[in-house]
Amino acid sequence: MTDHALVIGTRKGMVVARPRASDGGWDADPLLFTPSPVTAVASDPRTGRLLAALNNPFWGVSIAVSDDLGRTWTEPAREADTAPIAFPEHTGTALRDVWQLRFSPTEPDVVYAGAEPAALFRSEDGGMTFDLVEGLWNHPHRPSWKPGAGGLCLHTVLPDPTDPDTVTIAISAAGVYRSTDGGATWTARNHGITAAFLPDPPPEFGQCVHKVDLHPSRPERMFLQHHGGVYRSDDAGGSWTRIDAGLPADFGFPLVVHPHRPDTLYVLPLNADVDRTPAGHRYQVHRSDDAGATWRALDKGLPEGPCYASVLRDAMCADTLDPAGIYFGTRDGWVYASRDDGETWAEVARHLPDVLCVRAVTR
Amino acid sequence: MNVTVRIPGALRDLVGAPAAVPLDLPADATVGDALAALDAALPAVGRRVRDETGALRPHVNVFVGADNIRDLAMLATRLEDDAVLNVLPALSGG
Repeated sequence: MTDHALVIGTRKGMVVARPRASDGGWDADPLLFTPSPVTAVASDPRTGRLLAALNNPFWGVSIAVSDDLGRTWTEPAREADTAPIAFPEHTGTALRDVWQLRFSPTEPDVVYAGAEPAALFRSEDGGMTFDLVEGLWNHPHRPSWKPGAGGLCLHTVLPDPTDPDTVTIAISAAGVYRSTDGGATWTARNHGITAAFLPDPPPEFGQCVHKVDLHPSRPERMFLQHHGGVYRSDDAGGSWTRIDAGLPADFGFPLVVHPHRPDTLYVLPLNADVDRTPAGHRYQVHRSDDAGATWRALDKGLPEGPCYASVLRDAMCADTLDPAGIYFGTRDGWVYASRDDGETWAEVARHLPDVLCVRAVTR
Repeated sequence: MNVTVRIPGALRDLVGAPAAVPLDLPADATVGDALAALDAALPAVGRRVRDETGALRPHVNVFVGADNIRDLAMLATRLEDDAVLNVLPALSGG
């Protein structure tokens, strides 16, 4: 029988929720790792091992490991308890946070970490130790990158599903960059992304990209939630076209591609800079089944509102089931799940600390 | 000279460290030297007190006797023989 859980990273620890077989509801385990923000969670597609980034407010970042789908967690002890992700001495830089952990789909034990200040780290030992990807750190654009309101963070890592040398990343507010040579060199991939906060013509970099996702069966097609605007690229980020005409607002943070349908994606629109609350003051997940040509609001089972809490960039995810489960958590600590591709929704947990990330895990 | 670093309970619980770590340091040692020696003896403690640049973490305080090194010369604060350093989590958070 498939074991299934939802790992919820919050501002003050982690909650793991599990579906009840009896009535389809959810049971939430007690809060773990308090008072540490749990900023990123990843699942190894081969083994089901989980990694979580914990940022203790006093003692800094650690990586916790679970081999039983989040029931128990361990941290490296004694001699092995080194700083797992740390900037090398020559950078003169200290790690502030880890906002993304991502296992390579092509190379066993390779894990990427996206950091603040913006940098990419790579592990070849399953996430126990990481090295800075110097090629991106030495990029000539880097001194000109400017932080978004959430800090200068590398928040998205998309390893190519078949080519281990190709990785796409996104940084707020620098934009999308791609390497096709194993991280040695990187090219900005922001052509076509306009920004109200930047003068025309749109620059090569500086866009405030909030999230990018792709489907592994069609990696050249990417979807992107920008600070303003939802975009699609059909050439792996070479150029971007707006696809938000049918949405109630073009602002938002998360964007998730359906696990089995490459042209189906989900966003959760927020009113733009005027107030950054959910569009219409309701949580409405919007789904497109035609790669962004049309959109449909999905809110059956979600609260009537008014709802004023936003949803952060990694606080929405999909599982790998069919039909797909879609999940999101809010900054006022409520978590919702759909087990039918987003058609209907139910509460998973309430009154948590503000939700930073959610990851559905299965094995 | 001999210096003792006291480890707070919250950190002892986290990494299984002893309550106090005795250090043998040169006569002109500073707080920074003591924390570097602490890092060499107990890396799991050291990396939680200082970041990878060697800076004291922003929400950690170190007292020499009753004095916070933030009111002295920070990591350059000179130590005397038999000094006792107290590492404490700062009053912070919400």
